[in-house]
Amino acid sequence: MNNKRRSFIKSSAAAGAFGVAVSAGLVTPRAVMAAWPKAAFEATDLDTAVKGALGDGAMTDSSDIALKAPEIAENGAVVPITVTSNIPNTESISILIPENPTPLTATFNLGSNTAGFVSTRVKMSKTSDVVAVVKSGGKLYSTKLTVKVTIGGCGG
Amino acid sequence: MAKSIKVRAKVKNGETVVKALISHPMETGQRKNKKTGKKFPAHFIQEITCTHNGADVLTADWGTAISKNPYLSFKFNGAKSGDTLKMSWVDNKGESDSIEAKIK
Repeated sequence: MNNKRRSFIKSSAAAGAFGVAVSAGLVTPRAVMAAWPKAAFEATDLDTAVKGALGDGAMTDSSDIALKAPEIAENGAVVPITVTSNIPNTESISILIPENPTPLTATFNLGSNTAGFVSTRVKMSKTSDVVAVVKSGGKLYSTKLTVKVTIGGCGG
Repeated sequence: MAKSIKVRAKVKNGETVVKALISHPMETGQRKNKKTGKKFPAHFIQEITCTHNGADVLTADWGTAISKNPYLSFKFNGAKSGDTLKMSWVDNKGESDSIEAKIK
């Protein structure tokens, strides 16, 4: 969840019907897409990416986040990552890979009934940490794990 | 693009487990065409939206580092068997697709 999007939703709510349409899910994601944090996804260092995507750069290490990834990934193009957050009121889960050309991989914004769990597959250019950042109550919590990559997933 | 999403949602002990597979090239824009030396233009999914009963259960912003033919799994509460789950994606070229699936 990023600041731009928040203000976007606020401003559209002020505009009236459109805000209602968005929250009711009547407007296609295309209309909401302006909120895709381009700068954060194009940032080449971890701090800028985290700030751009989540609004703040200060992270606290937390043992309440379980990050599951292979110790050695034979193929960097497909690295399965599972993040489980036991932090109450988890608002979003982000996955960042500092050694990739652009570290920010994905941000998952969770609904109020959604469990703090996401699983996906990512590309890794070389051996790197994988950082999972959880946002809860305006604070950021993170945990990381090193994944060894024998064949990179970028460039080919 | 038709039927690019395969989604399965199943209720177990009150919790719905959603698993989805999307067919998409997820081109990073960094891979080079060996014959011409030019880079393949970036083509990747930017936004995923998943709704149940009109409420967002998951929205995601993706970058280029999500693997080709993305897999996504998550869990949420409050759904029952027979409900409809809607999932859609939009990529950086403005292409999109959506699907509705019955929760089992």
